Amino acid sequence: MRDAFLQSLIKLAEDNPKLMLLTGDLGFGVFEKFIEQFPKQYLNMGVAEQNMMGVASGLAMEGHTIFTYSIANFATFRCLEQIRNDACYHGLNINMVASGGGFSYGTHGMSHHATEDLGILRVLPDITIVAPSDAWEAGQATSALAQTDGVGYLRLEKSLAPTIPKRENEVFELGKARCLREGKDVAIIACGSIVADALRAADMLAEHQIQARVISMHTIKPLDTAEIIFCAKQTQAIVTVEEHMIDGGLGSAVAEICLESSLPLKFFHRIGLNNTFSAIVGDQQFLRHKYSMDAEAIMHKTLQAWHRK
Amino acid sequence: MPEINTKQLAKTIRRHIINMTHAGNGSHVASGLSIADIMAVLYGSVMRYKVTEPKWLARDRFILSKGHAGAVVYAVLAEVGFFPTEKLAEHCQNGSLLSGHVSHKGIAGVEFSTGSLGHGLSVGAGMAYAAKLAEQSHHVYVVMSDGECDEGSNWEAILFANHHRLNNLTAVVDYNKLQSITSVEETLALEPFADKWRSFGWYVTEVDGHDHQQLTDALKYVDKNRPHCVLAHTTKGKGISFMENKVVWHYRSPQGEDYNNALKELDALP
Repeated sequence: MRDAFLQSLIKLAEDNPKLMLLTGDLGFGVFEKFIEQFPKQYLNMGVAEQNMMGVASGLAMEGHTIFTYSIANFATFRCLEQIRNDACYHGLNINMVASGGGFSYGTHGMSHHATEDLGILRVLPDITIVAPSDAWEAGQATSALAQTDGVGYLRLEKSLAPTIPKRENEVFELGKARCLREGKDVAIIACGSIVADALRAADMLAEHQIQARVISMHTIKPLDTAEIIFCAKQTQAIVTVEEHMIDGGLGSAVAEICLESSLPLKFFHRIGLNNTFSAIVGDQQFLRHKYSMDAEAIMHKTLQAWHRK
Repeated sequence: MPEINTKQLAKTIRRHIINMTHAGNGSHVASGLSIADIMAVLYGSVMRYKVTEPKWLARDRFILSKGHAGAVVYAVLAEVGFFPTEKLAEHCQNGSLLSGHVSHKGIAGVEFSTGSLGHGLSVGAGMAYAAKLAEQSHHVYVVMSDGECDEGSNWEAILFANHHRLNNLTAVVDYNKLQSITSVEETLALEPFADKWRSFGWYVTEVDGHDHQQLTDALKYVDKNRPHCVLAHTTKGKGISFMENKVVWHYRSPQGEDYNNALKELDALP
């Protein structure tokens, strides 16, 4: 995902000399090509995220398009008020790129597990939040965010993001979900690379004669409400999957739309971390399994809900 | 720009502050009075701007980082002609955009919104860096409070501005030595304050923050390669005897006899 982001960024920087990349002293071995090509469009801000966001705001006030880069929790929590007051309130074109979404930095421990970022940022007005499911979405989202006014958040994942086959001539659009698998019985709405687990779960469910529709809801805000309503009408059964707390993030956002639409659902189930810190370490797939959000867990929980309905 | 008598402008700003905090039942009257002279000198004789073209590219940029003294910004902008002074009557009224902490939305001339401390210097540093990149010659001024320097984010910005030798950035510290509960030194000691800035690589000038000549000279100074900190020694509540150096006027709104006495004292000023 990071490579796709970088390729897009380099193209954007070629076209727009006012595009700048600010990093919070992260990206060793990643940004060398960018620095070589665009030395005046790059700033290492040091380990100082609050100042990075403030300086980004000052630069954006002067017409620059900004990408900031850090590990997800540092890029968001450490400077949340600068994001709110300086960037969002002034409607600036600042795009915060976070590496290490979810359990990407699984062995690093809870300080590096990004499991509340989507929920916390989602309540801010005038922000676009994207959690791509694969490299293609990440690259596409990078250009789309640069061309969109206002603050953006791009949640990248370090590993485990196989590129999911695309439809021919598919066009990426912020706020427009992608249906990756058709199915009439249940809709699995997911974001981030855990979409791959959702797809595997759908294959397993098919063995139980349950056809699952799988959605990559790459944009958490603005949310594709039309797609959610379509899912609710077609399947009357929704499961959300996110490498994130089940509170406040994708699952909550989808639940809000479902409730407000007054559409009858046979079941609605959120899969993710449930009010717990991930104190145990391991690789991303191990932690998905440990915290019951991998393909098997998605399949089992969906089956349970299916038989209870 | 027309010649402006900065002494008269400061007096008028003080009158507006008293009237605005009185009518809007607003706080921070003493914080505003503390920087009335700094603001009068900046807008009266130092900064370049066009009231008919608030976004004029070559304008000097101004950020009030101590956003709680927002009434002063609105007052000075109205006085120099960005919008009619009658609008000041809306300050802190129901439905108004003139909030107690300075906000840019719908108000010509307000460069940046603040209110939470420790934001303005970073934003100013970003603007100064952008000016360097674009080889523009305008200057960026950020007015901060002394208590605000408790915020760690400022010291990140101070490091950054020195690292990039942003000599087009001036931080003016309203050093009135009083915070929101007690004195600066009792709260979280800043002394040796000037030395701290110097050791971070800034050029430091210490001035009497109510002496217009000293302020003018300091604010017009541009160092060869260092960002500039003007440590302005001020009196919180300056100009109204019973408000001077009294913490309570960080909060209290001038009403009744206090209001009348404040106006009388202002009338008696030269």
